[in-house]
Parts: sequence; structure tokens; C-alpha cells
Amino acid sequence: MQSKSIALTILDVVSIILLAISTYLALFFAPTELIMGQVQRVFYFHIGTAWVGLLGFVLAAISGVIYLITKDMKWDRFEVAAVEVSTMFFFITIVLGSIWARPAWNTWWTWDPRLTTAAVTELIYIAYFMLRQGIDDPEKRARFGAVYTILGGVSAPITFMVIRLFRTIHPVIIGAANANQEKMSMTGDMKVAFFFALFAFTVIFIDLMWHRIRLGNLEEKVEQLKLKVSM
Amino acid sequence: MDMKSTNELQGTDHIHPSSLIRHPSLLKATFAIVQKDLAAEFRSFELVSAMLVFSLLVIIIFNFALELDVKVRQSVTAGVLWTTFAFAGTLGLNRSMATEKDRGCMDGLLLAPVDRSAIYFGKVISNLAFMLIVEAVVLPVYSVLYNVNLFRFDLLGVILLGSIGYVAVGTLLSAMSVQTRTREVLLPILLFPVAIPVLLAAVKASNGLLAGAEFAEVLIPLNILIVYDVVFIAVAFMVFDFVVEE
Repeated sequence: MQSKSIALTILDVVSIILLAISTYLALFFAPTELIMGQVQRVFYFHIGTAWVGLLGFVLAAISGVIYLITKDMKWDRFEVAAVEVSTMFFFITIVLGSIWARPAWNTWWTWDPRLTTAAVTELIYIAYFMLRQGIDDPEKRARFGAVYTILGGVSAPITFMVIRLFRTIHPVIIGAANANQEKMSMTGDMKVAFFFALFAFTVIFIDLMWHRIRLGNLEEKVEQLKLKVSM
Repeated sequence: MDMKSTNELQGTDHIHPSSLIRHPSLLKATFAIVQKDLAAEFRSFELVSAMLVFSLLVIIIFNFALELDVKVRQSVTAGVLWTTFAFAGTLGLNRSMATEKDRGCMDGLLLAPVDRSAIYFGKVISNLAFMLIVEAVVLPVYSVLYNVNLFRFDLLGVILLGSIGYVAVGTLLSAMSVQTRTREVLLPILLFPVAIPVLLAAVKASNGLLAGAEFAEVLIPLNILIVYDVVFIAVAFMVFDFVVEE
């Protein structure tokens, strides 16, 4: 039985420390925002988890393509890990966004284009798990999963582009060219908290991915051992 | 007696039997599949009639669900139409691929010496034909029932573009879902999230046209529709081989 590698254990510890520091920066170090007040602090984790969620979906699509080319099951395991971890992070993004929305827009949810596409993207990846559940043959499951991540991966940016083309009340921080959209700019301390959160969540993402891939590998080993025993 | 000497027969050694078999071109194979589907459908009309009746029922349900007085009608026409098309389209996509698999046609098509993409394009065109037939009936019925003029070329263009995008993705996903345990139930779950850009853009474009918006405003969702159609037909065609291989 493969024991957890030391590098992974160190990464676990580093991830926890980075999360703690990021929490401190977001909740205490960063200055309170002028208009929105304390609830704005949710923003740092909201963007951190959103970045990681979307990164994971892109990685899943790439992994799907590589699987279809190489037919090597390790890419299928990577893809499942990426989708699983990202679905969770993206769900956190949506919940944090909701928490911010209630005081800021006086509603938990609105059918604004960006929120709608976030919900749709999350549903694509939940559908991915339903698809995989409905297939017994592992090779077919891997093939279909790869195809669906590619479709999802292509669909998500298109829906994202749709956001930018229609007016939205969702704040646009980066590249707010349209005057109709709320503009936000950050002061120095806020930028520190913001970029640190991005960095911390990237490390946490890598850590969780590693764990999940390791779990997938162990599951594969169990399957093989089961086959050996049954023969 | 006119007997060929061995000298004359020597020149025929280089002719290999398989080169005498003409493989049908992609276009010919595609249209053969379209012909097959349309011929089968025109004999029984089971698919189109089911989609049609279902669409009309959905429109009636919307009437009760949404309390469509004259003012509200204007703003929801596009949404009601596209919801109807989406649901009816799902029905058609499911049945079309399911009959293919159940009757063993799919296996036959896979054995044929043609590029697999002929199967994809053939199914897309026949599914599109069914969806367009249904839309061609639903539009006049809706116009009459709700006193709205839907016979505009620009609106028909938007409906065509939206249907193409929807069917392009739907055919690929129905080929996948028909091979799972949950079969037809899975298609809407897989299709609707991925088809949201099409539906969103189509509704926005249709709304804009019906409300008399400037062309520049309608151009944005129209462009999205075209981009979506092109991108997804390309992606689906590249990936279809992996979905039907044994």
C-alpha cells in the first residue's frame, strides 16, 4: 500500500498555512471598503475560488483532449479529479457571491447574465457526473466523459463572452471598458489581500487535485486486485 | 476463335479487386443517410406528429401558466417559442437516435465503408429537417392563437440559426445518451446547459426583432448564434468518432 508521499504532506501543511494567512489578510489586514462595508471582504475568497474553479474546468477539457488522443486512463483520472475539485470550488464561489449579493443588491440571487452562466456552468459539471454514473464500461465512461468536458469547456467561455456583451449589474473589476458597468478599483492593501488569495487558492487547488488523483490511482489498483482475486 | 493470348492478360495483373469498389464520397453518404431518415419518417410520420402535438400542448400550457394578456404576450413570445422548440427538439433527437440504435441501423451504418462524420452530418440534417417542419407548423399556429405576426424573414433566419446550433450539439449528445443506462432521460440534462448560449442568444435576437429594436442591437446575439453554430458543428464533428466507436 502506497503511503502518502512526504511532498504531499508538506503541501498539505503549506496549504493550511496559506489559507490561514489569506483569511487573516482578507478579514483583518485589508481595509474596509468605503461603500459596501465589511461584506466586501467576501470578495477575496469569492474571486480566489472562482479563479480556481474555472482553471479546473479548463484543465479538465485539456485532459479530455489528451485522453482521447492517448487513450491513457491516467488522463481520465486527472479529468475526474479536476471536475470534482472545481465543481466544489465553483459552488463555494456561487454561495459566497450570494452572501455578498444580499446586502449589496438586496437579493440572494438575480438572473443577471454572469450569475446565470455561473449556474449553467455548475450544472454542466453536475451533468458530467450524471453521465459518468450511467455508464458501466470504464473505457466508454472515460471516452464520453472526455467528450463532455470538451463540450463544456467550449461552451463555458462562449457563455462568458455573452456576459460581456450584455449589460450586467455584476461588478466588473478587470477590464471594465463599458461605462454602464460598475467600476471598482483597489487600493494597495486590498491588492495584497487579493493577489495573495489567488495564490493561496491555487496552492490549495493543487493540493486537493493531488489528493484526488492519488485516490483515483488507488481505486484503480483496488479494481485490478479485485480482478486478480476473482480469477 | 477470339482467344486472348497470355501476353494480353499480363497487363491486368496490377488491377487490385478493392480498387474496383467505389467508396461513396462524404457528401453522397451524408445524403443517403438523410434520404433514409426522411423516407422512413414520411411513411409513418410518427416522429414529426409526436413533436408537433407536444409543441401545441406546450403552447397551450404556457397560456395557462403565464396568463398571457396582450401586453405580457409581447415580451414573452420569444421565450415561449424557444422553450417549445427546445422541448420538442429534445423529443425528436431522442427518438431519432433511439430508433437508430434499437433497429440496428447504427451498427449497419458503422460497418459501412464511409467516414463516420457522414453519419453525424446526415443525422444533423435529418434532425434539423424534422425540427424545421415542426417550427413551420408551430409558427402559424402561434401567430393565429396570439395574434402576433411571426412571418418575418429576419425572425425565420434567427430561428433557423438557433435550430442549427441546437441540433448540432443535440445530435452528438443524443448519440452519447442513448448508450447509457438512463438513456433518454439523460439527454435534456446533458443538452440544456450546453445549449444555453444558443437559447439565450436566440431568445434575445427574437425578442429584439419582435420588439422592433435597432439592427445593431440584434446583431450582437445574432453574431453569437453564428459563432456558436460554427464552433459547435466543428467540435461535434471532430469528436463524433469517439462517441460511436465500439
